[in-house]
Amino acid sequence: MVAVLQVLVVVAASPLVIGLMRTVRARLEGRVGAGVLQPWRDLRKLWGKEPLRAEGTTWVSVAGPITLLASSLVVAALTPLLGTAGLAGLPGDLFVVVSVLLLGTVALALVGLDAGTAFGGMGSSRHMTIAALVEPTVLLSVYALSIPAGTSVLSGIVRARLDDPVSVLSPVSLLALLALTIAVVAETGRLPVDNPATHLELTMVHEAMVLETSGRDLAWLELGSWMRLSVLLGLLSTLVVPWGIATEVSVTTLALAVVALLAKLTVIAGLLATIEVTLAKLRLFRIPELLAGSFALAFLAVTASYLVVQA
Amino acid sequence: MTAVEWGLAGQLALAGLGVLAALAAPARARVGLTGVLSALVGVAGAVTGIVVLSGGQGRLSLSTSLPLDPMTLEPTALGGFFMLVAGAVGVVAAVYSIGYVHGAAAARPVLAAFPAFLAAMQLVPAAGDLLSFLAAWELMAVASTVLVLAEHASRAEVRRAGLWYAGMTHLSFVLILLGLALLAAHQGGTSWAELATADPDSATAAAAYLLLVVGFATKAGLVPFHVWLPRAHPAAPSHVSAAMSSAMVTMGVYGLLLVVVRLLPGGPTWFGVVLVALGAVSAVYGILQASAASDLKVLLGYSTTENTGLMVLAAGIGLLLREHGAPGAGDAALLACLLLVASHAAFKTALFLGAGAVLSASGQRDLDRMGGLGMRMPVTAVTFGVGALGAAALPVTVGFVAEWTLLQSLIHGARPGDRLIAVVMPVAVAVVALTAGLALLTFVKAAGITFLARPRSEGAATAREAPRPMQVALVLAAAVVVGLGLLPGQLATWAHAAVEAPSAVSDTTAIRLARIDAVLVPLAVATALGLAVALVAALASTAARQAPRRAVDLAWGCGGVRSSARMQYTATSYAEPLVRVFDQALRPQRDVEISHRDESRYLVEQVHFRQSLHDLVEARVYDPLLGFVMRVGAVGRRIQNGSIHRYLGYSFAALVLVLVVVSW
Repeated sequence: MVAVLQVLVVVAASPLVIGLMRTVRARLEGRVGAGVLQPWRDLRKLWGKEPLRAEGTTWVSVAGPITLLASSLVVAALTPLLGTAGLAGLPGDLFVVVSVLLLGTVALALVGLDAGTAFGGMGSSRHMTIAALVEPTVLLSVYALSIPAGTSVLSGIVRARLDDPVSVLSPVSLLALLALTIAVVAETGRLPVDNPATHLELTMVHEAMVLETSGRDLAWLELGSWMRLSVLLGLLSTLVVPWGIATEVSVTTLALAVVALLAKLTVIAGLLATIEVTLAKLRLFRIPELLAGSFALAFLAVTASYLVVQA
Repeated sequence: MTAVEWGLAGQLALAGLGVLAALAAPARARVGLTGVLSALVGVAGAVTGIVVLSGGQGRLSLSTSLPLDPMTLEPTALGGFFMLVAGAVGVVAAVYSIGYVHGAAAARPVLAAFPAFLAAMQLVPAAGDLLSFLAAWELMAVASTVLVLAEHASRAEVRRAGLWYAGMTHLSFVLILLGLALLAAHQGGTSWAELATADPDSATAAAAYLLLVVGFATKAGLVPFHVWLPRAHPAAPSHVSAAMSSAMVTMGVYGLLLVVVRLLPGGPTWFGVVLVALGAVSAVYGILQASAASDLKVLLGYSTTENTGLMVLAAGIGLLLREHGAPGAGDAALLACLLLVASHAAFKTALFLGAGAVLSASGQRDLDRMGGLGMRMPVTAVTFGVGALGAAALPVTVGFVAEWTLLQSLIHGARPGDRLIAVVMPVAVAVVALTAGLALLTFVKAAGITFLARPRSEGAATAREAPRPMQVALVLAAAVVVGLGLLPGQLATWAHAAVEAPSAVSDTTAIRLARIDAVLVPLAVATALGLAVALVAALASTAARQAPRRAVDLAWGCGGVRSSARMQYTATSYAEPLVRVFDQALRPQRDVEISHRDESRYLVEQVHFRQSLHDLVEARVYDPLLGFVMRVGAVGRRIQNGSIHRYLGYSFAALVLVLVVVSW
């Protein structure tokens, strides 16, 4: 019930989050921007268009976008965004969530390879390199968060944070959250790792992979990627500011949780967009340094969490 | 006779029949008959393993003419688990061989070695004493050497690989022999039960432990003893590589578990630390080399090093946690070790058999020259893809279940006030996380470059789907990868029994780590994913009614449409960013030659790019060592110049020396 609501809210809100980020960016750059609703209009347009299928492509080009969107839907259902009551028999186990996310990552990388163009391969290669370096950080940092909570179930971690909100200021959680933020930025292809607005051949990562997709295939890919961003930003903000999340299921608490989630998403998306305006994209071969840095932070967080348990 | 005894005797009899069929059957029926009998050997092994795991007991004594105790086969639950794994792999590999074996691999001795090899792998874990263990171990080593050398006449690299393999596998045998002999001499008995009475804290035990660890690590392909793996796998026929990588290599892991769980239980802490260190280094090094490799079988060989590394890491963590006050998490880690063994067996079989199908269809092993095989070989593509998902530990495969269990044991292993654990655990998590990330890239590369995009060579463009028996084996292997991934309960129950972990509450659908309060229901994950996919697919088909898919003859590619297929990304270029990141660890050798046009040096005519990756361990450790041995040999050769006068002189000198010594 909570899970279904979460999926609905994320599906509805994630294009708006993207629209908001684009609008903030446009205003800060002195442009008017297309408006917050533009991503939804784009989706409607893509939905009605016929997809093209180049000769030599396999069923991967058809199934890949569907898999990516499906993985995003499942992740949206499993992550505690509105309530801490998980699905029966399917606890929002961190490792399950991460691996379902990776399933989407792999689907996208295969779509990039399928048409056999130079750009698709390039994007896919870069995407997987970044993913390979991000995954350790994600696992390590949430691992660090899970040691004080004693569980790898995300809702358990969030509940522990609710009971003791000051713990966000502990070194473990600060380090881990910082590392996680960098990982989220890299995983969702935002600046300074990837520029979502570019189509400059030599710098694109995400855009290079989706070059050959069109129509509803592209719609699935875009919506899936946007949902990932929203879910991960929502999770991040919930870990920092756990208030508002529903610990029991009732209409009022859930309504409150939806409002709280939207508020958190607005703030964090606006913040991210503002920071992005001030950043230039990193050279591709400087990205590993950034990711190695975040890996080191996550590793420190794990080590610190052991020291905390010891104390 | 009990069921177990029937099973053991049946394996021996069937293997004997298989060897006989390979040697004596008429040429037309030889391959098929040997394949069927080999598969039956595997079935007998797997069934015996299951009976043992469900509590069956039995003891088969084979008297020898040696003045020693009779050799006994008496499998325990741990052995039963490995028998099951080896047997299951054997069945699939044998079915595959029926459609695959031809040419040099169908010669009589090579054909006869296969059932012997399968039986030997199943007897190693069944052995109840030192003598039968060593006999089975040696049979396994010799039979596999014959199989590796199958194509020695036509390919020079096979001969080199055979030398490396024979050398390393006998190094392993000698070290194990020494280690066990040390224990046996100290204890005065040869059965496992007698050896197990040794005091694990004594100096003898420590020396024996080190010898055994190095011996078994060599067989398991752990760094720095892995050098034979990436050579032997490409050299051997694919059904042999599959059996070697999926089952034989894990016998090294069985050996290590035998030592730490059965022969020297409750040893000092450094026993576990040694295993963790070996496993961690192997896992990271193996997957790094695999991610950079562009030969499909070398890639799979290095990935085997990674996987055995993870198994040994899990075993070491299990030992440490059991002794450091976290028995629940320790049991989970040992359980993870066995699940990794089973999952590796399943997905590596699918991958090696798939690689074999690709190899024989396209004539290529070089990933850089493949592409587009997904259209021409759909069954191989899907089954290889499933294997790759398993190797990348993604849901809903058995690889995911195993890795989940390992990570859970690490999370719940946090111990307050234990400095050693506080240092080891974060490193272990970092290693597991890093290998998981790199494995993802490696297998997207392996599957994507091989089966998607446009063909990069003539061979890839004209490839045909594999023959029926090979397809059956591939589908079987892939079905096990997914089946165990969906319903891991029975496997987990068996693994629990094998490591003698109490409180094993598992039903068929779920893995419950009762003592550390963690549960995984893969079926639920699969249902959620299935629902989501169905929802999106339904939406897509609604949209398809208004706007059907339109076929176009060329991909857009930013306008670079008529570019040649060689402009695509290859395996080498796919891994290039990663190789650059890990430049210091991999040290690739690059040659770039640019030739300019005559008119102007600003106009480039041709660019030659060559990149080769050398195994650093081999270059830094083995090459100097082998160089030293060769130099010693050269000096030795100087005293042997073939002159009869000189040999007479040697005899005379020796006689004088003897007389002098006697008259002293």
